[in-house]
Amino acid sequence: MTRQRAMESIRSLKVAAWLGWQIESNWTDPFLFVVYSIVKPIAGALILVLMYTVIAQGGLQHPLFPQIFVGNAFYIYVAMVFIGVSQAVVEDREHYAMLKYLYVAPLNIYAYLLGRGGAQTIVATVAVLIMLFFGIIVLGIPMLPATIDWGMLFAAWLFGLTGLAFQGILLGGIALITARHSFLVGEAVAGAFYLLCGAVFPIDVLPRPLQILAQALPITYWLEALRRALLGNGASQLLSSLSSPVLLLALAGSMILLAVLSIGFYRWAENLAREKGLIDMQTMY
Amino acid sequence: MSPPTRWEMFWRTVIGRAYPRIIGAQRERSWLFFETLLPLLQVSAFVFIYRAIQAPPEFTGFVVLGGAMTAYWLNVLWSMAAQFYWEKETGNLELYIIAPTSLMAILLGMAVGGIVFSTVRAAAVITVGLLIFRVDIAIVSVPQLLGVFLLTLVALYGLGMLFSSLFLLYGRQAWHLSELLQEPVYLVSGFYFPVRALGFVAALGASVIPITMGLDAMRQLLFPTMMAQFHFLDVRIELGVLAVLSVAFLWLAKRVLRYVEDLSRREGRLTVRGQ
Repeated sequence: MTRQRAMESIRSLKVAAWLGWQIESNWTDPFLFVVYSIVKPIAGALILVLMYTVIAQGGLQHPLFPQIFVGNAFYIYVAMVFIGVSQAVVEDREHYAMLKYLYVAPLNIYAYLLGRGGAQTIVATVAVLIMLFFGIIVLGIPMLPATIDWGMLFAAWLFGLTGLAFQGILLGGIALITARHSFLVGEAVAGAFYLLCGAVFPIDVLPRPLQILAQALPITYWLEALRRALLGNGASQLLSSLSSPVLLLALAGSMILLAVLSIGFYRWAENLAREKGLIDMQTMY
Repeated sequence: MSPPTRWEMFWRTVIGRAYPRIIGAQRERSWLFFETLLPLLQVSAFVFIYRAIQAPPEFTGFVVLGGAMTAYWLNVLWSMAAQFYWEKETGNLELYIIAPTSLMAILLGMAVGGIVFSTVRAAAVITVGLLIFRVDIAIVSVPQLLGVFLLTLVALYGLGMLFSSLFLLYGRQAWHLSELLQEPVYLVSGFYFPVRALGFVAALGASVIPITMGLDAMRQLLFPTMMAQFHFLDVRIELGVLAVLSVAFLWLAKRVLRYVEDLSRREGRLTVRGQ
């Protein structure tokens, strides 16, 4: 029985990832899709470049710039994976009107949502890699293969990304029981994280109450760990007292906590949605 | 009772199309919260970047103003450019075509409604932004500031009217086109930094988007001391360019609308959905 469930989950994950990929990419030819996928993040990065060029002493040689560039590059995952997983609920319910069929089909809905996020992860990974190469080649950001802590990079990337997917499921649970603001809630949360997690500035410059909030977010530690792995040092003085193993431990712990929370919360939201007949809700929003 | 004249019909249509946008915005007030909050979060992040690199305080004002103007650009993209595509998908476009009125009047009504809708959001972002970040402004000339602002809106919504016909041609790519025209335009139009940083030629090229010169001129009129070293062109030149863009985009919008309508009638796919 357990094996059968595991097989069902894997199948759901694979099919959902394929479906997500088709939804993301089949509206145009591959070349235009690649251009579309990289133009937005590159433009976002260039805004930062110009802000630094105009103001910072030393322009792109400013010691903060590589930290900010790396934070901004990896934040692409937050915007795509986190929102992507949660919006799969809204799209399938409102746009494609398929959610009700998913619930009567023999699949694991939790694995299905993670699979939909998987497609976004692929697109985001391509965009992040292009951004990092752009940073190294065009902007001269010092990320040498010999100096990168590959083990820490992989561990931080994996823990953080998995945690993001679970946060996406949490938001998906909210979307399941929210009538009309599901899209906006996802964007609002991602926008708040962009401000609080220090993606584009050290959290030290935030007012004290916001610093406390920032230190409660796993994404803050994720970006700090990625910066240390890629650049050798982090951006924040506040987090400098934490050693790299402690950062990874915090990330792993938050990932496990988010997994448990997301399963529990999604089940609760799902039951509520069933009771209130929200699974096939059409708000025409 | 005599039938309405052509002009009466035109203005009735403008009011009729603007009405649901203005009234609709009042009925869903939570939108105001989200559409003020989201740009404010972005604005706050950019303000903290400038603070982290010890930028002069005027740059906070540049960011707040740019953040407020995103309300208009997003409205032009999603509620003007992509609107005819949505109308086609929901079945309204054929009603517009057979209605005994001008499609330009419908577009103008959409623009008027959109301007009212976006102005509330932009005003909220500016008010909250100025209060939170305590930005000092020194207005050089109120008439010039109003002139720049109004001409920017006319040119911008003229561009939106032009885009609405063009996006209709692109079918289901309208959504992606609107997505694609966000961050790149924030970059080239200098929403968060003075556009001169792009270099003269690039800034000149970007001036085809009316917000580029509109923002530069407004910054010069609100933060004259700092913009003395960062301005792109003289305000009077930018006013002139905005006036030319306004006329050009409205004229082009009319021509392209007629072309798209003729093409679609000829090929019989004006109301074909799911493309």
